[in-house]
Amino acid sequence: MEQKTKIKAEDGRQELVITREFDLPLELLFKAYSETELVEQWMGTKVIKLENKNHGSYQFETSYNGNVVFKANGTIHEFVPNQKIIRTFEMENAPIGVQLEFLEFEKLNDDTSRLTIQIIYKSEKHRAEQLKLPFATGLNMAHDKLQELLTNLE
Amino acid sequence: MNLRRDVFQAIADPTRRAILLLLTTQSMTAGAIASNFDTARPTVSKHLQILTECELLKQEQQGREIYYHFNPNKMKEIADFIEPFRQMWDTKFNKLEAVMKKYKNK
Repeated sequence: MEQKTKIKAEDGRQELVITREFDLPLELLFKAYSETELVEQWMGTKVIKLENKNHGSYQFETSYNGNVVFKANGTIHEFVPNQKIIRTFEMENAPIGVQLEFLEFEKLNDDTSRLTIQIIYKSEKHRAEQLKLPFATGLNMAHDKLQELLTNLE
Repeated sequence: MNLRRDVFQAIADPTRRAILLLLTTQSMTAGAIASNFDTARPTVSKHLQILTECELLKQEQQGREIYYHFNPNKMKEIADFIEPFRQMWDTKFNKLEAVMKKYKNK
């Protein structure tokens, strides 16, 4: 089976491209990115601000047990409904820096659509930091699990 | 050629993953591997060829038979940067799809 979500990260470049085909009509896919409540539901974050317009801005914040664990923000450069969003994104307190994102929404047929996100980082090193993040989380989770097992053995 | 991407394509297929799993504990001939699957023999051969090309498997001649070995070093490469990142996005997008399907049916 072909993977639904694809990542293209060529060596020696400071960009990556994420592609995903959705079993959703284009309008619904775009809505998932433009309506606050929907963004909150699938991203699992609180949306503090989301101004869907040229030169607008946005802010996300996620809390866990009363502590803020994730904060991100950016400005929206261009917003064309059902076509594209060009925006910056920055995760606060992370070594990744600001990234420039080109989101393109395409209709494949009446029921399916494709999203292509091209992300440009400050440098190849910044891109590596981004890629490392879920890798580290995965390793930590495996490590925690191991720790848990060992603790239970004692 | 982007070898790393080929490895990902190689493991994207469920039959190829099953073959890899089978070979983690023992070396086997193509015939022995094929006997574990309902799939036609040439299809299994094709899978073996793909897995060998991207070095997930190694061939070794023993007398008249060719045995397939699992290559753990290459497998380790898969657990590198990109795959967890891809999985993170895949999970997020699956959520998006589920949320929007529910929304549509409201």
